[in-house]
Amino acid sequence: MENVTCTFCGAVCDDLYFDGDEFRTKDFCPLGEAKFSRKKRIEYPTIDGKKVSYEEAVERAAEILHNSKRPLLFGWSSTVNEAIRLGVILAEKVRGIYDQCASVCHAPSVLAMIEEGIASGSLGQIKNRTDLAIFWGCNPVEAHPRHPTRYSVMARGLLTKGRADRKVVVVDVRKTVSALMASHFIQVKPGTDYLVFSAMRALMEGYEDAVPEEVGGVRKEKLIEFVEMIKSAKYITILFGLGIAHTRGHDRNVENVIKLVQLINRYTRCILQPMRGHFNVVGAGEVAAWECGFEWAVDFSRGYPRFAPSEFTGVEALLRKDCDAALIVASDPAAHFPRAAVEQLKRIPVIQIDPFPNMTTLLSKVVIPCAISGIEAEGTAYRMDGVPIRVKKVVESEYWSDEEILEKMLEKVLKLRED
Amino acid sequence: MILVKNGHVIDPVNGINEEMDLFIKNGRISSEFKINEKECEVIDAKGKLVVAGAIDIHAHIAARKINSGRAMRPEEFRRVRQKTGKFRAAVGRTLLTAPAIGYEYVKMGYTTAIEPATPSLYTLHTHEELDSIPIIDKAALPLFGNWHLVFKFIAENDIEKLASFISWVLEKMKGYGVKVVNPGGVEAWMYGSNAHSIDDLVPYYDVSVRDIITGLIKANEMLDLPHSIHIHCNNLGEPGNYETTVDTMKLANGIRNNRRQVLHVTHVQFNAFSGSGWKDMGSGTEEIIKLVNKSDNITIDMGQVIFGHATTMTADGPFQFDLHKLLKNKWINLDVELETGTGVVPLIYRPSSPVHSVMWAIALELGLLVNPDKNVISTDYPNGGPFDRYPYIMTLLLSRKYREKEMERAHKYLQRAANLPSIDIERTLEDIVKMTRSSPARILGMHNKGHLGEGADADVVVYDINPAEFNPDKYREIEKALSSALFTIKGGTVVVKNGKIAGDIWGRTMWVDATLRTTAEIIEPDLEEYFNYYTVNRENYGVEERWMRRAERIEVG
Amino acid sequence: MNVIIITGRTTEQGTLVEDKLTHDYFKSVNYCELNKEDFARMGLKEGDRVRVKTDYGEVVLFARKNVIDETHIPEGMIFIPMGPYANQVINPGTDGTGTPQYKGVKGIIEKTDENVIGIPEILR
Ligand code: SF4
Ligand SMILES: [Zn+2]
Repeated sequence: MENVTCTFCGAVCDDLYFDGDEFRTKDFCPLGEAKFSRKKRIEYPTIDGKKVSYEEAVERAAEILHNSKRPLLFGWSSTVNEAIRLGVILAEKVRGIYDQCASVCHAPSVLAMIEEGIASGSLGQIKNRTDLAIFWGCNPVEAHPRHPTRYSVMARGLLTKGRADRKVVVVDVRKTVSALMASHFIQVKPGTDYLVFSAMRALMEGYEDAVPEEVGGVRKEKLIEFVEMIKSAKYITILFGLGIAHTRGHDRNVENVIKLVQLINRYTRCILQPMRGHFNVVGAGEVAAWECGFEWAVDFSRGYPRFAPSEFTGVEALLRKDCDAALIVASDPAAHFPRAAVEQLKRIPVIQIDPFPNMTTLLSKVVIPCAISGIEAEGTAYRMDGVPIRVKKVVESEYWSDEEILEKMLEKVLKLRED
Repeated sequence: MILVKNGHVIDPVNGINEEMDLFIKNGRISSEFKINEKECEVIDAKGKLVVAGAIDIHAHIAARKINSGRAMRPEEFRRVRQKTGKFRAAVGRTLLTAPAIGYEYVKMGYTTAIEPATPSLYTLHTHEELDSIPIIDKAALPLFGNWHLVFKFIAENDIEKLASFISWVLEKMKGYGVKVVNPGGVEAWMYGSNAHSIDDLVPYYDVSVRDIITGLIKANEMLDLPHSIHIHCNNLGEPGNYETTVDTMKLANGIRNNRRQVLHVTHVQFNAFSGSGWKDMGSGTEEIIKLVNKSDNITIDMGQVIFGHATTMTADGPFQFDLHKLLKNKWINLDVELETGTGVVPLIYRPSSPVHSVMWAIALELGLLVNPDKNVISTDYPNGGPFDRYPYIMTLLLSRKYREKEMERAHKYLQRAANLPSIDIERTLEDIVKMTRSSPARILGMHNKGHLGEGADADVVVYDINPAEFNPDKYREIEKALSSALFTIKGGTVVVKNGKIAGDIWGRTMWVDATLRTTAEIIEPDLEEYFNYYTVNRENYGVEERWMRRAERIEVG
Repeated sequence: MNVIIITGRTTEQGTLVEDKLTHDYFKSVNYCELNKEDFARMGLKEGDRVRVKTDYGEVVLFARKNVIDETHIPEGMIFIPMGPYANQVINPGTDGTGTPQYKGVKGIIEKTDENVIGIPEILR
């Protein structure tokens, strides 16, 4: 089948070939290829490790959620919007917490956006117009392997016709493989991005005197050169990653680059794009925003949504022992949460919905296998720039989709509430 | 089956302003007169006002823009309107969640709303949000005014191709009509600039703003779509911009359609400033009002400003950047490849601000002086303020006393810079019904809406207002009655009782299919070429009906 | 030796995230990468293990020399692929953001003869 959409990373390539009968792929990157390969699955639903029917598992899950005081409903970044929407409604109805993978990923960037907004654009703006692309604290070659060819570095667009028309700068604390595709590599010291942004803002506005000879390990002349390069470009895109959002200062670092971009727009045009990780982590935030006003870290224990990242993210709620059950959908917090948070997850009843066994499976009470979104189930996903793309069903499967499972679970919960 | 008995019905389309019964069957208004009351739900509306469901012609209720606004403004969602229970939790101050949007509309008696600006690339998102808004019917207008393919067809002066393209887009996107925002100016913004008059040229394509607007009007009329083009003029929010608005309106000269206008100019308040700067900014409504009233091919909506919080959000990228610089407030920008831009900036309208006070007055001047058959109440939600304040606007138009009271709160600069203080007119209930029901329905080409004749959609509202004893001086009571309907019936289901949600149903999303009138073949090479520049494959671009909750295809041709 | 710990994605780890309970996945996340000079200074050979200690925990990992060229990882920095091993030592504190500090955590690294434990043991 042509024009298949890959449901691995936030680049959501939609130009791929996949033969569902033979599991043959064409044009995928290694990550996508691994996604579209045959793998060990969770074979059937289980409760306490014992095989049960879908109906029994869903029923039990609904009971656990209904009977708990404040369940945590976490995950969502690797499923489709239709399922996410049901997840938010379920969280509302069981008066739990809705949180999604962004809270261990780009949530600090969203916090920065709450302070400053963000000047952004769709990925085609890089392809068609960008003559200077800056990758800052991200490693697309390993995390979004086709991003450079499809959208950013080599992409051939309307006004910018290809690599020759485009300067590429990589800024990072270590020389990653991505740095090899750049025309310029700038190495900064860990934890100094904030300082470098501030220095650049000062230089943009002509306060050269205020900038010391070296900032974050970068010589002043080099920074002046960089700022001149920016000022003389027509349309700049800054792509940034967790190198900025996951170090000390978190959202403040991102805020500073947002301010830099605001300033650049007074001289020329510039947009900023976070390199979002999972294929639908953007959807996990957007759907929640229109359903309840907030993108993540939402608590419904009072019957209406409240937002507090310092309290209601998955990690915080677990560290504080504020939740007494968990529903984990399309995610593996046991592998990706800090040790202390995983400790708490082990103590409470966990329900998992996932196609594949993972570390969370090992500590789950109810395990419900599902169809793989984008391979065995269709739906809508949002690319890292928010562009909505349909992901397809290209293989038949007996597994229920996330959407079906959650629909049934919600029905059951509403029934329990009525009784 | 529902029988609304003895209400005072105002239905300007059918010339009704008297006591009568209404019978509802199969979701429509029925003219059967042998009715067995025992089989009906009977609503006694004696001494109450009975009207059709209202239509919001222009409210940013869905799409990436409002959702980015939500994400940027968690401070907006601390107001709790409804806890979860039988229905969904509903929260929001001026930005609302999707459930809150549906609930708040029907509480005021609105049963249809139009999302007026969807970038096609993001329209699947728009439909997902529309699908999450309960109860009301809705539709979305894709943006055309800064689309490269539009520039190309205009540069080639090929209206037939342009018409084919419009119908191709509407079918692909399940869109309802043609929206134009700051034509040419948003593309200029991609180069850091803007368009300031209708003679400005678009970079790279060398077409003028004038060419874009006239080209789109002609193509829209060639297709004879239900709605005319719907334009947000250039220079929005700039002192002296009324001249650009008048220039734009004149472009409709000589183009006619027997059913409706050929140009709908939206949220005119924001484009009706006089003056040369913020110091001498004033009302520039006079010429606009004259022109609209004497033309039979132009309509407008008001774009009222409400004192208090608002969130500006438009496809007008350069305007939003200027506003960000002016207010030093947080700013979202989204440049959309080949199609358009977008921006979001929060703002507070303060009665203590001379400019905001004049803006407030300008919209009321339009509301009081433009013929109600050509004018619609709007706030350009959430740009001018929240839509749940429509009853406030209606009451200001109905009651001079209320206006005077509100004018006392406003900055006294208004007395000099606006004409409002000298206007004595009080709109009648029938005028208000026109400006919220019959006019938007006709302007949008929705013939089953905006009236209560046989076969109309059974969208019916009962308000606690007795037209026989109507007294405009009792403005508090009027505003309260308009804010909370006694009954709202949507498509034959009672959804509001005594101002509270009583039923949760899903409305329809209407879209226009004009492909019978056109052939996509003539634009095939252009589509092939331009999809090289998109980052989404052509086969994956667009929205299928089966992905939507309740799509209603309206075929023209 | 004092180090700054960076964690992050790698292609290998990325291709195995849906094969978490396999030996290949363990192998893709149970090591740390060091600068070449640091590697030599600590007298390490491929296959050797190091103990990484921070204020938040400790973990034993295989030590690897950086792969591209000398600027790949600067001296005094180590890289651990994101995953259960890295999460033993990163800073769970969120500074009110709700997001732990996964990058730029200060730690100590020393050579050890202890073995790298498997994933089920990590969960125990
Ligand atoms: S870049 Fe991302 S979306 Fe594209 S094929 Fe690779 S993993 Fe899939
Ligand atoms: Zn608008």
